[in-house]
Order: sequence, then C-alpha cells, then structure tokens
Amino acid sequence: MTEKALDRVSENKEKIVSIRDLWVCRAEHAVLESISLELFAGDFLGLIGPNGGGKSTLLKVMLGLIKPDRGEVTLFGLPPAAARSHVGYMPQKTIFDSSFPVKVLDVVLMGRYSRKGLMRRYGYEDREAAQRALQAVGMQDRADREIGALSGGEQQRVFVARSLVSDPQLLLLDEPTAGVDSAQQTDFYDLLCHLNRDLGIAIVLVSHDVTAISTYVSKIACLNQRLYYHGSRELTSADIEKAYGCPVEMIAHGTPHRVLREHD
Amino acid sequence: MIDLNFLSYEFMRNALLAGLAAAVLCGIIGIYVILNRIVFISDGIAHAAFGGIGLGYFLGYDPLAFGIASAVLTAIGIGMVSTRARVSEDTAIGVFMATGMALGIMLLTLSQGYARDLYGYLFGNILAVTRSDVLLILTLTLIILALVFLLYKEFLLLSFDPVYAEAIGLPVQALRLLLLGMVAFSVVILIKIVGIIMVIALLTIPGAISRRHMKGLPAIMAGSIFLGAVFVIIGLLISYELDVPSGATIILTAAACFFLSTVLSR
Repeated sequence: MTEKALDRVSENKEKIVSIRDLWVCRAEHAVLESISLELFAGDFLGLIGPNGGGKSTLLKVMLGLIKPDRGEVTLFGLPPAAARSHVGYMPQKTIFDSSFPVKVLDVVLMGRYSRKGLMRRYGYEDREAAQRALQAVGMQDRADREIGALSGGEQQRVFVARSLVSDPQLLLLDEPTAGVDSAQQTDFYDLLCHLNRDLGIAIVLVSHDVTAISTYVSKIACLNQRLYYHGSRELTSADIEKAYGCPVEMIAHGTPHRVLREHD
Repeated sequence: MIDLNFLSYEFMRNALLAGLAAAVLCGIIGIYVILNRIVFISDGIAHAAFGGIGLGYFLGYDPLAFGIASAVLTAIGIGMVSTRARVSEDTAIGVFMATGMALGIMLLTLSQGYARDLYGYLFGNILAVTRSDVLLILTLTLIILALVFLLYKEFLLLSFDPVYAEAIGLPVQALRLLLLGMVAFSVVILIKIVGIIMVIALLTIPGAISRRHMKGLPAIMAGSIFLGAVFVIIGLLISYELDVPSGATIILTAAACFFLSTVLSR
C-alpha cells in the first residue's frame, strides 16, 4: 500500500453502511435474524457462511431489492434503493448466452444505468467512464471484442468493470470467483486489493471459500441467519462452530493464513 | 421476367405494405424474442389470439382488434403467472394456447359462413389485407419502433442480464410485460400475413439467419428486416405467379434461405 493511499484511507473513515437489528423473514421463517453491521470507507469485508445462510439475502437488502421485516438499513445515509448510484454490484456468476451479440464496452456501459435512468442515452461521458473502468481491470484492449469471445476470467473482469463504471464507493460482490480456475482466482483477488487500497473503494466480498479470502480481506464476518462479527479479521472458533454447526477443523483445515484466533 | 403489373391491383399494394411493415416488426421484435428465449411464449400468444379473433367474428366486430386485445391480455397473463404463481411457465402457456385455439374454432363455427376465414387465420392470407388493416398495421409498427428507439438500452440490459438489471434498479417486470405486449401486437399482425400456425417461423427465421452473419445488435436488426422484406416480396410474387397460398410461399422462401445459410456457414 502506498503512503498516499494509506493517508486517504485513514482520513476518510466515514460510515457508509449502517444496519441495525435487521430481520428478514420468508414464509414465517427468519432468514436473517437481528443483524447489525457497520462498514466504513475503505473497508474490505469478507462475508462467509454456509450455503443458505442468508449471504445473498443480506446483499439484496443492501441493494434495496428485499425490504426488511424489521430494523433499519442505510447506505451513505440514504435508504438502500436511493443509494444505488453509490454502490456497484456483481451478481453470482452471470449466466448469459455466449453468442449474445454485444461488445465488451457495451456490457460495461450497462452499469451506467443506475446513473442515467430510463430513456436517457449513453453519451461521451459514459463511454469515457466505461473506458476508465476497463482500464482499472486491465481489459482496455478488449473493449471492441464480443463478450462471448473472452475467457471466463476475462469476462469476470469485465463484470467487475461494469460494477465500477458508476464510480461507486462500495462494491458488493456475490461469490464472484464461482466457476473460475484457481490461478485466475488469485489474479482476481489481487485486482480487488488494488481497487480497495489504491482507489479506496470499500468492498463486501461474499464467499464460501474461507481460506482463499482470508489472505486478502481486512475484516471477516460469518453469517448463518445470525451475524458473527467483531469488526476485525478474526472470528472465534466458537463463532464459526455456531454458524456452520460443525467442528472448526473441517473449515480451517490446512489454512495457511488462519481466520481463527490462535488457541491458548 | 416478372410482370410488375400486379402493383396496379389495390389488394397487391396493401399486401406489399403490410408485408413490409411485418418485415420491420420481425426484424426488431424477432431478435428480442430470440435473445430473451421467449419463442414458445410468443407462439402461445399467437394461438391464444385466435380466441379473440373468434369472439370478434361471433359478436360481429373487427376480428383483428379483438385478436390484438386477447393477445395482449394473454401476454400480460403469462408475464404475471411466470413471476408470481407457482405454476410453471410452460404449463401456463400450454393452457392459454389450447384454450385460445379451442375458443376460436368454436366461436368461428357458430358464426355462420366463415369457414373460409378460418382457413385464412390459420394459414394466412396476405391478399385479404384491407386498407384499414394496413393503416392499423402501419400505426402499430411506428409505435413499436418508437418504443424500441426510446428503450434500446433498457431492452439490451434486460435481454443480456435480467438479474443484474433488477439489482441496479431497472424496472424489469414492467419492461418484460412491455416486451410481451409488443410481441403480442407483432404476432397478431403476422397472423394476417402467414397465419397462426406459421407465425413463429416468420418471427424467428430472419433474426436467426441475420445473427449468423452480422455483428452487433443494430446490424443484426437491420439484416433481419432486410431478409424479412425479401422473404415477403419473393413469397408474394411466387404466390401470385403460381396461384398458391401466400403464407406458405413466404415461409417456404424463408425456410429455404435458412437451410442455405446453415449449409453455407459450415
């Protein structure tokens, strides 16, 4: 991390996400239970937890797609739906027809919608922003290729560019590395670190791969209906055991960078 | 040489105008149908429209207007069912489709003396297009062109990645209903040209061929409109020269071109 970037991060510790006592229920059954979470500018939060634990639901609440049954959620001091232009989102594996006739640059432009709104055409400024976003992910020379002609890892970078193109201060990534080989995954995490440290963008990275992300993120939370979070990079083994409902060894096995606090 | 005298007949001029408007619709809406994978839905809407056409006949009102109304209602119905209820979309379409056809046949039969028209609606009769049909068809084509022009980026986003589109605030459900509504309008117009049974061929074949040879959505749409116009004109001429049904000649021309393009692109 450069000195300059460090300064920027430390000066700029405004609160960007505030979730207080959030409950989401579906068919009489709580999906999220009493979640409280605060995020600050420049945070890089890894959100782990078992499948069906509510990770995607929490992201959808933050995007304003699911209304909380109880509790208060604000992003940048606004209700989630009103804060969309400050937030970039990358959904779990984008499924599209690989022969879909659209150029990479046009895919990235789609992310400008949250700034443009209905029926307004993309202009010069939007195209410039798309070029910049492609540059930020190292895909500027692919702008005129068809999206289907790119490799999986390259497509994934284009989708990050699409989430960056609205100049967000917060990125929400829902298992972005699903279906990408491990070498490309490492490159991808390096890219996220660059965005976080050098551009000062806060990131929430949802993953079920505890070991892979623990090297990169600055904070970790574990979600299974309830949120286990201490505002740090560490979780207690009791947290994880409660969240996953199984012994910790199964999750932390072979971890080069431990998520868990050293045992006494 | 082909005799150009046919243009001196009003029914031929009407047929050509309607056919060219249909080519524009096929070129644009057909591409969205292919990209959004709603081919079966579109076919269902076409069949359901037959119920409305039958009702129009039975009550003695304009069958085309009734056809459009029932197609749009079906489109909205399918759009709602597929997002809300737990009925699978396929099942819902199947039910709408068969009910529409059954109602249409029943009502047309009960209206005396319209057996000839039944044949026309099932297999198309572009030569029976009247002046008021042409006006209606041109108006609808212009409305659809304007909508696609205004909402081009929205429909692109919807077609490419609806999950992401919804997450960044695109009114996905409303746009999907609008798209189905435009499909409904187009399909009823195409019924006049090639008939209910063959609608789906004319809606998808020009787009499918154009997609193989052109790059980028606007170019694919232009190519598809061009091909649609060629199919309609050639089919119409063959039908006129040989005195065979126009719907079938148009579809056979399109199908021949499709197979040729498949063989050539290998």
